[in-house]
Amino acid sequence: MTENPRPTDYPSPQLRVEALEALLVERGLVKPEMLDGFINRYVNDVGPMNGAKVVAKAWVDPDFRKRLIESGTEAIKELGFEGPQGEHIVVVENTATVHNVVVCTLCSCYPWPLLGLPPDWYKDPAYRSRVVREPRKLLGEMGLDLADEVEIQVWDSSAENRYFVLPNRPKRTEGLSEDELAAIITRDAMVGVAVVKVG
Amino acid sequence: MDGLHDMGGTQGWGTVEIDPNEAVFAEEWHGRAFALSLASMGISGTNLDAFRHGQERLHPLDYLSNGYYGRWLACAEKLIVDSGVLAPGAVEARARRMRGENVEEPSDVEVRKPQYERGGAGSLREISDKPKFSVGQSVKAKTFRKSGHTRLPAYIRGHAGVVKAIRPAAVLPDSTAHFTGEDAQNVYTVEFTSTELWGDGAEAATLFIDLFETYMEAL
Repeated sequence: MTENPRPTDYPSPQLRVEALEALLVERGLVKPEMLDGFINRYVNDVGPMNGAKVVAKAWVDPDFRKRLIESGTEAIKELGFEGPQGEHIVVVENTATVHNVVVCTLCSCYPWPLLGLPPDWYKDPAYRSRVVREPRKLLGEMGLDLADEVEIQVWDSSAENRYFVLPNRPKRTEGLSEDELAAIITRDAMVGVAVVKVG
Repeated sequence: MDGLHDMGGTQGWGTVEIDPNEAVFAEEWHGRAFALSLASMGISGTNLDAFRHGQERLHPLDYLSNGYYGRWLACAEKLIVDSGVLAPGAVEARARRMRGENVEEPSDVEVRKPQYERGGAGSLREISDKPKFSVGQSVKAKTFRKSGHTRLPAYIRGHAGVVKAIRPAAVLPDSTAHFTGEDAQNVYTVEFTSTELWGDGAEAATLFIDLFETYMEAL
């Protein structure tokens, strides 16, 4: 079922990445350009800026917000967002009395088409273990102090549904355009370990 | 399987800090390991569930030692070796040669990719089975323990909750990861209270988790 730990002189991951790629390229099983393409896509094209556009639109367009809550996958496709780890997107909305936060305790499942690849804190054993058991305490340690009357709802992504938090729109943003709103929306707010702030 | 990967509610991990300036790939090899991992599933004829199970099969020390992309890389190697596309030890031997060690590389072995029927791309499936449970129904997570792959975390097993939503049907990871079939079935989001999961005195919170139908029983 499992195996013994590796010997202490086992080659580093840096070297093994090179070795694995070389062996596969020699056999014609992979092209370096294809790997470059995967990397470029997630460094440059797919990231939290996608999710921020979705949130900003939901804040200014009540009909879109309704579609987003009812059928997240279809609504985000309207903005051109889909792809791996986005087969079924469920959008959960924060309110004055409910705060949502997302985790994957078993690995690190994450809504890639909207947020890109997960940050280190999301993959950290401390986050994966504690947010389902003591979310308020952990969020406090991560810089988010929620009022006592706010109910915390934790979503553990254990199947192929991917959860995405629609944060509350901060006060004093009435004059901002959709693009200006998108610029203040953070990745951490869309996972639920922060709230959106102005300035 | 019961193992380190099943982290929900386990203790002793300390705290976590957010790095606001984190790069998508902190080191160059992280990106390479990510891309090779995506490619590895096709090259080895396996699937996403087998990939997740591959990580669980790592020794706990190796699961942790090189972080997230370290376990992705180890898993990519494992799936490719399991399928016979590369011989056991081939990656290690090449890596040792690259750092100047005079080791021999193993000869190629017979390719033996898993043979199994796929019902389509991705994990979601259209099925004719009507959902066995309804929204609002009280249910209990089963208590099974198994040595293979499952997506029923230990902290949920045996606990009572309420069905919150019925989600699209999906392939059962417990079967798909082992290439025994897809067993596509209904998936539910189930709501649990924190006191049900963690006992009296638990911090107040509501926990939602997705469960495959076979993980559940009526209460």
